[in-house]
Amino acid sequence: MTALLGEAMTGGYGGADILHECTIGVDDGEIAVIVGPNGAGKSTAMKAVFGMLNMHGGTVTMNGTDITKLSPQARVREGMAFVPQNRNVFTTMSVEENLEMGAFIREDDYRETMDQVFELFPILKEKRKQPAGELSGGQRQQVAVGRALMTKPKVLMLDEPTAGVSPIVMDELFDRIIEIARTGIAILMVEQNAKQALHIADKGYVLVQGRNRYTDTGEALLADPNVRRAFLGG
Amino acid sequence: MDFLNAIVLFSNFVIVPGLAYGSQLALGALGVTLVYGILRFSNFAHGEIMSFGAMIAILVMWAFQGAGISIAPLPTVLLALPFAIVATVFIVLGVDRVVFRYYRVKRSPPLILLIASTGVMFLFNGVIRFVIGPTDQRVDDGARFILRVRDFREATGLSEGLAIKTSQVISLGAAVLCVAGLFWFLNKTRTGKSMRAYSDNEDLALLSGVNPDRVVMFAWILAGSLAVVAGTLYGLDKIYKPFTYLQLLLPIFAAAIVGGVGNPVGAIVGGFVIAFSEVTLTYAYKKFLGYLLPSDWAPEGLAQLLGTDYKFAVSFMILVVVLLVRPTGIFAGRTL
Amino acid sequence: MTYTRNRKIFLFGVMAFLLIMVGVLQSWSLSLTIINLCIISAVMALGVNIQWGYAGLFNAGVMGFAALGGLATIIIAMPPVPETWQAGGMGVIFAGVVAAATVLICVFAYRKLKPNRLYANLTVAAIAVIGFFTTRAIFEPAVTAIELVQPAKTGYLGGLGLPVIVAWPVGGLLAAGAAFIVGRVALGLRSDYLAIATLGISEIIVAILKNEDWLTRGVKNVNGLPRPTPYEVDLQNAAWFIEFTTNWGFDIQEASSIFVKLCYMGLFLAVLLFVLFLSERALKSPWGRMMRAIRDNETAAEAMGKDVKGRHLQVFILGSAVIGVAGAMLTTLDGQFTPTSYQPLRFTFLIWVMVIVGGSGNNFGAVLGGFLVWFAWIEAEPVGALLIDFITLGLAEDSPLRLHLLDSAIYMRPITMGLVLLLVLRFSPRGLIPEETGGARTR
Repeated sequence: MTALLGEAMTGGYGGADILHECTIGVDDGEIAVIVGPNGAGKSTAMKAVFGMLNMHGGTVTMNGTDITKLSPQARVREGMAFVPQNRNVFTTMSVEENLEMGAFIREDDYRETMDQVFELFPILKEKRKQPAGELSGGQRQQVAVGRALMTKPKVLMLDEPTAGVSPIVMDELFDRIIEIARTGIAILMVEQNAKQALHIADKGYVLVQGRNRYTDTGEALLADPNVRRAFLGG
Repeated sequence: MDFLNAIVLFSNFVIVPGLAYGSQLALGALGVTLVYGILRFSNFAHGEIMSFGAMIAILVMWAFQGAGISIAPLPTVLLALPFAIVATVFIVLGVDRVVFRYYRVKRSPPLILLIASTGVMFLFNGVIRFVIGPTDQRVDDGARFILRVRDFREATGLSEGLAIKTSQVISLGAAVLCVAGLFWFLNKTRTGKSMRAYSDNEDLALLSGVNPDRVVMFAWILAGSLAVVAGTLYGLDKIYKPFTYLQLLLPIFAAAIVGGVGNPVGAIVGGFVIAFSEVTLTYAYKKFLGYLLPSDWAPEGLAQLLGTDYKFAVSFMILVVVLLVRPTGIFAGRTL
Repeated sequence: MTYTRNRKIFLFGVMAFLLIMVGVLQSWSLSLTIINLCIISAVMALGVNIQWGYAGLFNAGVMGFAALGGLATIIIAMPPVPETWQAGGMGVIFAGVVAAATVLICVFAYRKLKPNRLYANLTVAAIAVIGFFTTRAIFEPAVTAIELVQPAKTGYLGGLGLPVIVAWPVGGLLAAGAAFIVGRVALGLRSDYLAIATLGISEIIVAILKNEDWLTRGVKNVNGLPRPTPYEVDLQNAAWFIEFTTNWGFDIQEASSIFVKLCYMGLFLAVLLFVLFLSERALKSPWGRMMRAIRDNETAAEAMGKDVKGRHLQVFILGSAVIGVAGAMLTTLDGQFTPTSYQPLRFTFLIWVMVIVGGSGNNFGAVLGGFLVWFAWIEAEPVGALLIDFITLGLAEDSPLRLHLLDSAIYMRPITMGLVLLLVLRFSPRGLIPEETGGARTR
């Protein structure tokens, strides 16, 4: 049984359909990466899984339970966490408050989780009293990921986490993401930097015009000459 | 001696009234800013909500006075304040449910909500006059002064006196209490933090599981309570006149914008900036300068920069300067 | 198309019927009084509709622009007062020149010194302060002298003694000037800043009119503004009018009053039709389409190279000018200028109710709204009194509650208007005569 599976998803934002029979899935402790050219519907596919799209075909299940009809907020309660690409931190609130807001729906003591996040991203502990808006781009992404982890999610979804950060910071972020996956969390992410992302991916989805074009392990996709030629620049 | 007299004179006519008026404006501007930060529209009905709250406070005060209950030397209206807050908050929440919620759910542009708020303003305006009439009402029973001019003169031997009205001290005290309470709420409580989060980044707050209806409800509760306190204090300090509250809208909005709309610290600073500019620019400095300058230098006229009737112009000029120089206000931002 | 057309005819028919009923049931003279104010309201509503309906600008200062129109009637139509001109006229003009020079020097200095902002700001501030005190030093003695001349009768400079009709376009110009200043400051920022800035300027304009006695006699009012129409007394003594009334068997008192009102009506109608014609032409022109395009999607319009701020300024000035004309007409009809009568509820927000109820974006809607809402405003009081009378029938004739409520009947006006505005905005947001659009509208 797959931790998160969107099957044969069809739909769009109200106008023409953007996704056509698109299938995306990820298992516990796995990293799945969605890649593809601009306008392929990568982010849209992720939003569909998260319930931010008008879908009129296909289903989304979590560990076998159908969640197709749930609102994004309800999905958060079911164990999904989403890190949007833009505006993904509360800029006027301190790092610590950002993490607290991440744990907003939790009734239990969340300090342990916060310590884990600080362990994962030590720089955040150092800057925990600082407003998130004053941090650098890479640090902000860490806050955003940390905020999402505060709900103790089963599935973590990242929409282009490395957009706009330097290559060094990108490597660093990918390392952290692998670490997160090792704790048993399923990770689904959309990436612009396809090559690097596929290197760390257990599963890769190549989307073109809203349809699945290639689906395989990250390694296999990297080795596939067709994929290399068309999507990875040789 | 002359120098001391000048200071006392200035305190009596500028500093003390400015502090009291600034407190009232700051409380009013905080309400406007809270509604703006959460609901994202300029609430033109805020002045009338202040007036409505003050009216309820006066009605309850009359009931207490009739029953012979008093907390002298403090004014009875303070005792009525909690009742007025509860009643007004109740009404305001009802108005939100019936009027504003619809546009919020529909995600109408802010100007549509602003127009709806002018409809609410009309309604409140009529209801207030319907209930209490258009005439002035005195609110200040109890001891009117904490420090009287004559007592001060006798105690200090200066020729100038300093008077401190009970209402002025209460205004400042209430403002300090309300502001401290508000900031504790916004920064320390779970609900308060969720309000700041919602104001900062609505989508992300929703993703975090913040319930928008609850945040909006608290925004109205806080804004309504602050409005009642501000409105009642203004009535206590001056006199309760139903029509003045519509005119207060301008300095209140100016205070909120000068500080940076949506920013509570800004609203407080803005309130005092506006209040002190109004008072210092409309004060007649003749006597003050008479004390400080050699006698043959004393000015002939009143040495008043602007007539008292133009105090609204002061808010406006400050507003214009801020819009020209720094449209985001002193403390940029639109978040709580 | 025919549907909206029939609807228009039907609604205007209903309005005409209401006004005729007032004529039959109450009096024709009253009916004409209401009609005249309806027409003026309609012109004001057209002005607001140009700003809101065409461009989506919220003007919360209609009162101020209307009051400037009122000021124009004094400046244009009242006879000059030579004694006051002698006493301080030159002083006031000189003060005005100094003030204008100060502003010009400030602007010039700022432009020259711009590279160093701190230095520029300080210099400008210094010039402004010096200019302010110099102006005051010249201005104050002049004003005192003017206001001392027969304060009970004049005590002000008077006007130019021109025909009062000239004041109407001049009122438009004054309002346009004020709109230019506010627009330059507040447009291009967040949409509700304009609302607050206009609210401010209108309060200030009214404060000036109330306090600058040398200009407007302040709260002492200016009475006896010349009329553009004949006077009743003259009519009653005119041979042709006496003959006319005896031939037809009219009461000469009433006939003369009705005749005067009809004259006003003719003038006002001419203005209304003229403004309506121009507004319709403008709305249907490429300019009007561009305006609406900007309103519906500023970003897209800007991306297509439209100067959004410039267009907004233009439409804001035009709308304010129309309001100014209407304000001048109103003061002309009143025959006196009373600054204290300018209340924001009556002069700003009531006009808004007219536009929203009538149908924002549709000129005919604005006109209908002007008529209907003014009618409701007038009739809300007697109808409210009847209603209260009916509700409190159970109470004793002299019960204090009943008397208080009957006394308060006039406040049925704001209550009714608030309810009407909220109900229309909620259940029929496009108004009685909705905007005519080529395609779907997103708002």
